[in-house]
Parts: sequence; structure tokens; C-alpha cells
Amino acid sequence: MSPMAAVVRRELRSYFVTPVAYVFLVIFLALAGILTFYAGDFYERGQADLQPFFAMHPWLYLILVPAVSMRLWAEEAKSGTQELLLTLPVSLWQAMLGKFLAAWLFVGLALALTFPVWITVNYLGTPDNGVIVAGYLGSWLMAGAFLAIGACVSTLTRSQVVAFILTALVCVLLILAGQAQVMDFFQGTLPRKLVNAAAHLSLLRHFEAIARGVLDVRDLLYFVFTIVAWLVAGVLVLDLKRMR
Amino acid sequence: MIETDQLTRCYGHLTAVDALSIRAEPGQVLGLLGPNGAGKSTAMRMIAGFLAPTSGTARVCGHDVRRESLAARRALGYLPEGAPSYGEMTVREFLVFIARVRGLREDHGRRRFDDVVGRLQLETVLEQCIDTLSKGLRRRVGLAQAILHDPPVLMLDEPTDGLDPNQKHAVRRLIDAMARERTILISTHLLEEVHALCNRVVIIAQGKLLADATPAELEARSRYHGAVSFSAPGSGVSQEMLGRLPQVAGVEVDPLDGRITVFPRPGERILEPVERLLREQGLEVSEIQLERGRLDEVFRQITLGAEAAA
Repeated sequence: MSPMAAVVRRELRSYFVTPVAYVFLVIFLALAGILTFYAGDFYERGQADLQPFFAMHPWLYLILVPAVSMRLWAEEAKSGTQELLLTLPVSLWQAMLGKFLAAWLFVGLALALTFPVWITVNYLGTPDNGVIVAGYLGSWLMAGAFLAIGACVSTLTRSQVVAFILTALVCVLLILAGQAQVMDFFQGTLPRKLVNAAAHLSLLRHFEAIARGVLDVRDLLYFVFTIVAWLVAGVLVLDLKRMR
Repeated sequence: MIETDQLTRCYGHLTAVDALSIRAEPGQVLGLLGPNGAGKSTAMRMIAGFLAPTSGTARVCGHDVRRESLAARRALGYLPEGAPSYGEMTVREFLVFIARVRGLREDHGRRRFDDVVGRLQLETVLEQCIDTLSKGLRRRVGLAQAILHDPPVLMLDEPTDGLDPNQKHAVRRLIDAMARERTILISTHLLEEVHALCNRVVIIAQGKLLADATPAELEARSRYHGAVSFSAPGSGVSQEMLGRLPQVAGVEVDPLDGRITVFPRPGERILEPVERLLREQGLEVSEIQLERGRLDEVFRQITLGAEAAA
């Protein structure tokens, strides 16, 4: 087994031997359900699709994903296991990617467990299941982007609380960047080009495009680049910490 | 083999390790000795690849830690200070994880696992969470992790720190048993450990190398080396009479227990003359002891001398 696969397995296991996994899964599924059916006008809209369900995901991830990612490196730095891990024959890349993949698979599992919503909508009507699959894909990619941000932030501090708050802050900025109200607010004060550029960075815009069922390569690449960029930044931070 | 070559590490203005060049050969247990904060752990962290050197380098089995970090780490078994391990894992899970990361193949890995678990007597706690283990057991798990891949080079940062005397003894026996054909570098601030384990000692303080010698050579530097001490309660042994012996440099009486220590002039042996004198005077002494030299005194002399000079 490659060192990276060993890291993935260890990380995944550690979610399930501590209460983290179960608390996360229960809260994620409960909130996803409640928000969709009560806040999202699932029935009142009278349409057989999962738009209200997916529309809630950015806000759900905003709270829950940093809770998963905050421990990735901060916990190891605090408990001293980082010295153990990074003196094993594992490159920083393998360690970072292993931790990220484990967290991403875990959130993927949480997402997969929302399948009753999908069954429900198929029972109630005849939705376009292709769009729903695209929605799930977009949602998982967005979770990956949040996790990569969290993994990077987690290398910066020994405090999981600090990691949580900073990650949530970066994520909320990326969500808000494309909101119409925010754009309007800055329209008058900032150059038009800058505002438009910021809007293109918006996670929400790319996610919504995918969730509508429009699989544009640019939207997919946006998420892939976001994930890679933040992971690279995290590896650089770890490397700098060796030097400092 | 471990070699460091002008190994240096700065934290801002502070130089934690200052141009340290040491060398440990197979079959050797090299003790890295120094007061707290001397730079022992920093030096080890650089050799282990956890910290990058500011300048200079180190080699593990010929692999440069800067350029061939992974190869160096493969050749090395390392117990970090405090023996960190993943507390939520069981001992078995933890060791299996280490075996996987180190890429041990199934059958070979299982043999190594059984060997290490047997050596460190971990059979009874294999299914326990590491968090629930005592300090001594956790240290043993850390040692198991370090030797699991049967490394040619072993580096242990304060392996017996915080253990009770029985546990210390057990850990030392284990290190002793592994010493043949391996290169072992241990750091410690316990002088007894040097006696018990090391065949060479490097003393560092404030990151600088101050002495590199065998324990016997260090003891010979002590003013107690070759001194004779005895207790003669109530016998009124005359210090003057002892002082008049031509081989004797001085006499001291411990103000607390009245124990008399006679110091030799350089190169002189004084056990016989002192014994003869005591016999001639008809003085009863309960026991008489020839001192080998006191490492703690030499250690203080070397490390405090460096502080005073700085």
C-alpha cells in the first residue's frame, strides 16, 4: 500500500472511532432535511426537482465543512503527532493529499446518505435525474473546495477554533462574492472590472451553474483549480514551517 | 551511520544549534548530552527531517537529509520527544498504520510486527486505545513504532524521560540489545543513562559541541578521578597527616556526614598509601572507596564553563 493510501485509511478510521463522524452525519442529514422541506419551499413550489435542496448546501457546508477540516493539521501540530507523521517516509504532498481525500470521501458519504430526498422526489413526480446527478456532483465539488481551504488554513495554526473561524470566513467571502446585493454594493465604489472579476471567483455562481444541470468545463475547472491551489498553498505553509 | 556536518539552526536571532559536527558509527550508542534547551531536540529534528537546517547538513546512512530526505527517513527509526502517537487508535491499528506507511510487505510486516510486539511486551495491550495506556506503555509503543522496520539507524529523543526506575531499566536493556550492528543516537540529560548505555558521549550546550569522548574519558577529567573516600566515624583521623603524604593534593571533609575524601596529585595513585597510613595509625574505617570520577561534576564544569564564557 502506498504511504498516501495508508494516510487516507488512518484518517477515515479516525473519523469513525471518535464521535466526530456520527455528530457530523446526524447534524448534516437533519439540517439538510429540515432546510429543504421547511425553509426551501420544497412542496409549495410544486416542481419535482431538488433545487431547494441544493440551494441550501453552500450554507450548510459553511458551518459543517470547517468543523471537519479544522482538525486536519491543527490537531497534529498540537498533539505532536505531526513530528511523527512528517518524519515517516511520506512526502508533504502525500500527507496533505491523503488527509484531504479522506475528508472529501467522508463528506461524500454524508452527501450520499441524503438519498432519501432523491427517492422522495422521484416518488412524488418525474424529475430530471440527470440534473440531480449534476447537482450532487456540484455539491461534492463545492465541499471539496471548502475542505481544501480548510486544510490549508489548518496548517497555519495549532488552534482548531482559529482554524474553524478562519475557514468559515474565507468560505463566506467566496460565497458572497457573486451575490447580487454584494455586487450592487461595490458597483459604485470599485471599478467595474474588479467587481466582475470578483464575481467570477464566486463559488456560488459556479455551483449554481452545475446544479442547474449545465456541465460547463469552466465551472468544473474552477473547482479543480480552487482545490489544487489551496492544497498547494497548504503544502507550501508546511514546508515554510520546516524552514522557519 | 549518522553524520552531521556544520549543522546549524537559527530561530530568528537565536542560534539553537551552532555548527554541530558529530558522527556515530554502527555498533555505537552515542549519547547526546546537554542541559535543557541545549539544542538536542532541534539537532535530532533536523536529522529526522522534521526541521530544515539553516545551514550545514546531516547524513543518515549516507543519504543527505536535505536532498534525499525520503531515503534518509526510510533508513531511520525515530522516537520524537514525548513519544507522540495517535491516541484514538489501538496499539495494533497504530503499528499496522506505521507498517503500511513504511511500505512493509504483508508477510514481512507481520513478522516484524510479531517480533516488535514480543520485544516490547505489548501483547496484552494490543487492542487498547493508546490514550488509555500508562506513560511507560505509551513510551514502549513509541519505541515499537521506531524499530518496526528494523532500521539500521535509530534515534531516540529522551527515551526514558518520565519513566519509573523499572521501566527505565527495561528500556535500557532493550536499547542495549539492539545496539549491535546498529547506529543509535540517544539524547538525554540523565547522567546515569550515559553510564548505563552509551559508549560515546557528545556534550552540547547552547547549540555548541563542547566535548566528544567516551564516558571513561569524561570521568578522568573529574577532580574526583582516582580520589579515595572513606568514613571513619569518631576516629579523629587527622587531615593533616593525610595531607602530608607526598602523593596527596588535598583533603576534604563532608560537613554533613563527615566522609573524608582524599584527592591525588595528577598521575598519582593514592589508594595504597592512604590505606597503609590508616593501618599504621590503627584507625578503623568502615569502608573505603576509590572514585572513578563524577560525570555530574564534569558535566557541570563543561556546560557552566560554556555559559560563563558566552
